[in-house]
Formats: sequence, C-alpha cells, structure tokens
Amino acid sequence: MSAAICIQQVSKSFGSTRALDGIDLEVQQGEFFGLLGPNGAGKTTLISALAGLVRPDAGSLRVMGHDVQADYRAARRVLGVVPQELVFDPFFTVRESLKIQSGYFGIGDNDKWIDEILENLGLTSKANANMRMLSGGMKRRVLVAQALVHRPPVIVLDEPTAGVDVELRQTLWHFIRRLNEAGHTIVLTTHYLEEAENLCTRIAMLKAGRLVALDTTANLLRRFSVHSLRLRTRGAMPAELTRGGAENGGWWSLPFDGFDEVEPLLAKIRAAGCSIDDLEIGKPDLEEVFVRVMQGPQAEPVN
Amino acid sequence: MRYGGFSTLLYKEVLRFWKVASQTVAAPVLTALLYLLIFSHVLEGHVQVHGVPYAAFLIPGLVMMSVLQNAFANTSSSLIQSKVTGNIVFVLLPPISYLEFFAAYVLAAVVRGLVVGTGVLLATFWFAPLTFAEPWWILIFALMGGAILGSLGVIAGIWADKFDQLAAFQNFLIMPLTFLSGVFYSINSLPPFWQQVSHWNPVFYMIDGFRHGFFGVSDASPWLSLAVAGACLALLAMITLNLLKRGYKLRA
Repeated sequence: MSAAICIQQVSKSFGSTRALDGIDLEVQQGEFFGLLGPNGAGKTTLISALAGLVRPDAGSLRVMGHDVQADYRAARRVLGVVPQELVFDPFFTVRESLKIQSGYFGIGDNDKWIDEILENLGLTSKANANMRMLSGGMKRRVLVAQALVHRPPVIVLDEPTAGVDVELRQTLWHFIRRLNEAGHTIVLTTHYLEEAENLCTRIAMLKAGRLVALDTTANLLRRFSVHSLRLRTRGAMPAELTRGGAENGGWWSLPFDGFDEVEPLLAKIRAAGCSIDDLEIGKPDLEEVFVRVMQGPQAEPVN
Repeated sequence: MRYGGFSTLLYKEVLRFWKVASQTVAAPVLTALLYLLIFSHVLEGHVQVHGVPYAAFLIPGLVMMSVLQNAFANTSSSLIQSKVTGNIVFVLLPPISYLEFFAAYVLAAVVRGLVVGTGVLLATFWFAPLTFAEPWWILIFALMGGAILGSLGVIAGIWADKFDQLAAFQNFLIMPLTFLSGVFYSINSLPPFWQQVSHWNPVFYMIDGFRHGFFGVSDASPWLSLAVAGACLALLAMITLNLLKRGYKLRA
C-alpha cells in the first residue's frame, strides 16, 4: 500500500527566501495528521506544492503514489484541498459552484453526494443562495464542500477554522472525523493547538522551511511537556521545591512526571509550615510543546 | 452536456458572462448602435464606399469590432477577476490540462463574440440595405477574429496583476488596433503613408475579410486576409499555450 502522501527532499525558494528546505515527510493512509508551525514557516507552500500550485525547485511529491507533476491528473483526482484564503466565485450559487467543481473532475451526476455534503456542513438551506450573499463562515463551509465533491481519499485543510465560530468548528470537525473514520486521510494545518492535540494522531512542525519535529502527538507531549502542580500558598515555600519550579503572580508551578510524586510534594510543603490556598493540576499540552520546539535549535534531530 | 475539464470550464465561462448579460451583451450592442446612429447620420449621403451607402459599409465593421473587443474582454476580465479574487484555484486544483484550459477559455470568448456580434447585426441591419454575398467568409472571419482576440485576452489576463494593467493593455493596444483598422472607413481613402501603416495592422485584415463576406468586394483579397489571420492565430495560440504550460504567473 502506497503512502497517502510522500514528500522527498522538497525545496523551494522565492527570490532569496528559502520557503522549503529539504522536506522529507510521509503520511500514511487513514492518518489524521497535523502540520504545525508559525506564520511563514512554509506550511502553505508545502500544501501548494502538493496541490501543484507551486512547483518545487528540487525533490518530489506523491499523493497515493502519483507524482504531482508527472502524473498530475491522477494525483489531483485523489487530493482535495481547502485553501486558506476565503475565496469564492461571485457569479454562482452554492449548488452551481459545487456542480461546476464536480464537472472539473469529470463527475456528471453528483447530486446525491452534493446533497449529503451540504447536509453535513449545514448548508442545505443556502444551496440556492448566491455566493456573494453568504457570511464568511458560510463561505468557509462551501470551500470545504468544494474540496470534497470528488470524494478524495486525501483531504488537506489549510487553517480551516481561522476566524470561524464555535458552531461551525464543531460541525466541521464532526464531519471531518467521520470522513477520517471512513478511511480518508486528513492533513490539517491550524494555529489552534488545542484542536490539533485533540484531532491529530501525528504531528509535524515546520520552522523556517525545515521540519523540526515529527512524531505521534502522544510522544511529543511526553517528550516536551510534563504535568505540573500549580499552587498558591501562605508562608515561604521550601527552597528544594522552588529550585525546579517557577513563580508567576503568586502561583507556583512544580513539574512532576507521575502522580505518585504528588503526595510527597504536598507532604514537603506541609512540613515547611506552608498552608495551601488554591491548587490545580496542569496537564501537558501541545502549546508548551510547540513553544519549546520553536525556541529550540534550528537543526534539532527529527524522529 | 458531457462532463470533463474542458466542457465544464467552457460551460462555466459561458454561464459567467451570460449571468451578467446586461453588461456583457446588451451594453456593447447599444454602444455599436450609437456609433451607427451618429456616424451614419453625419456621413450618410456624403460618402459611398465600394459603391455601397456609408451606413451599409459601416455595419459589418461595427459587428466585427464588437466580436473582437468582446472576445478579448471575456477572457481577459474573467482571468484577472479570478486572479485578483483568488478563485482561480478552483480551476488550478482539478485535473485540467493546459490545452483544455486554453481551448475552453478561447472558445467561450468566441461564443461571447458571436453572441454580441449577432446582437449588433440584429440591432443595426434595419438601418441600411445589407447583402450577404459570400456568407462563409463572414463566419470564418468571425470565428478566427474571436479566437485571436480571445487568445490575446488570455495572455493579457495572465500577464496583468492588477485591473489598471489590463486597462492599459486594452487602451493602448486593443483600442488603437481596432479603431485604426478600417471599421469606420475604407483604407483606400487614407493618404498613402497611413494606408501602408494599416497594412501592418492584422485587425485590418480581419475586418476587411469579414466585410468581404457581405459585399463581395474588399480592400485586400480575402485569401490574403485569411492567411494573415491564420498566422496571427497560430502565433498567439503558440505563445498562450507556452505560457500556460509553464504556469506563468498561475503556478509559482
């Protein structure tokens, strides 16, 4: 079985800016994959290269085994891309846009599937509305629908929830999760790290055109982030504890690896004569991982 | 309708201009009608060209000018709008080859040119005794002229990054070429120097050949005009196809 996406040694420069610098990446079929990185890291360039919108200077990209240049017809048939920019064709209605998009992929009678997509994205009542009349959130839904008309096995969503309300986010993720469960490979870029943490089983991080982390979400959380005991106390904290912790606005944050360490920590605080006013447990989160990876050295070894 | 990249793109491009037909069809027909009313009113009775009354001479010129200008407008404005708004990705993401892309856009331009040209003809032929001496020439030159300017429109639409660049292309190239092509006069009535200049304008041959279909007489032989138009079409198609194949300004 070929990989859903296979990217080998891909580089691309725009003038003197190196947007992609020797990217190697493989996404397996059925994965829910996250592509993260700050603005300008190269995420959109990489997606554009995959979609044939950008031609790389070096390297090769394949979707479901089809080279995106040499075998572009087959590669584009198996790929659905939701672009980041909120673009639409003001001349047409929602249904016309979807029928035209189906036709581009050689699909004539697509009404049943179009109805299903509209239903799942909460667009049914807007099917005959002109694109100009839709709100930003509705236009975003149509962009997702347009990427799905040809039932692509690989779906790439480039920041689909940027500036989108809670309801649409939930509708969208519910639908995308179902598609993933039905076997579609999903690649997602987002700045909402909580979203990526909840949805993606594996994550790649890009920084200045280079891959700086690539691992399962669980492994990344383990490697770069820990639990912490966050508390506010009356009385001086024992020095042996504060050495490894950090203080912020009266709150102490004490890292720990396993929950069996919590009881001894509390005992030490009690023994020092401190009383605890407030307490919470901080879980490892992707945001912390992201910050650490991005602050780390450029050439951190990749798994 | 058979579905596929080419046929759907053609359908979409025709639907696009048809949905705003008041701007894309009715407006140019009205403009041509105004030209006819003004020029024929001023010159009728004073001028005869090739032995036909001035209004009758003018009508085929106006029809062909409308075909050419609207074919150019269709491809160029569609492409620049799609580029500026970003919805060009809808055409770039699917498996559409550059040949299909070219054929669909140019053919839609020809359709727009023929629709507007027919509209102008229907609106104006009441005003003068018009004959259809050799109708095949009419059709051939209308088709070729539409394809030539449609192709030029693809080049302009791809090249221009902003609407004012496209306007410059239109104002400084397309307008002079069409106005100085014998739409309003026979070039035989020009001083020798300007006659020579006109012979270097390919649009002159398209209009002259088109007019030959109506009256059976023209400034140049229709076969020469056909050869010039054919060469123009071949050259522009080659340039356009090359740009599309390289993804010039479309695929970075």
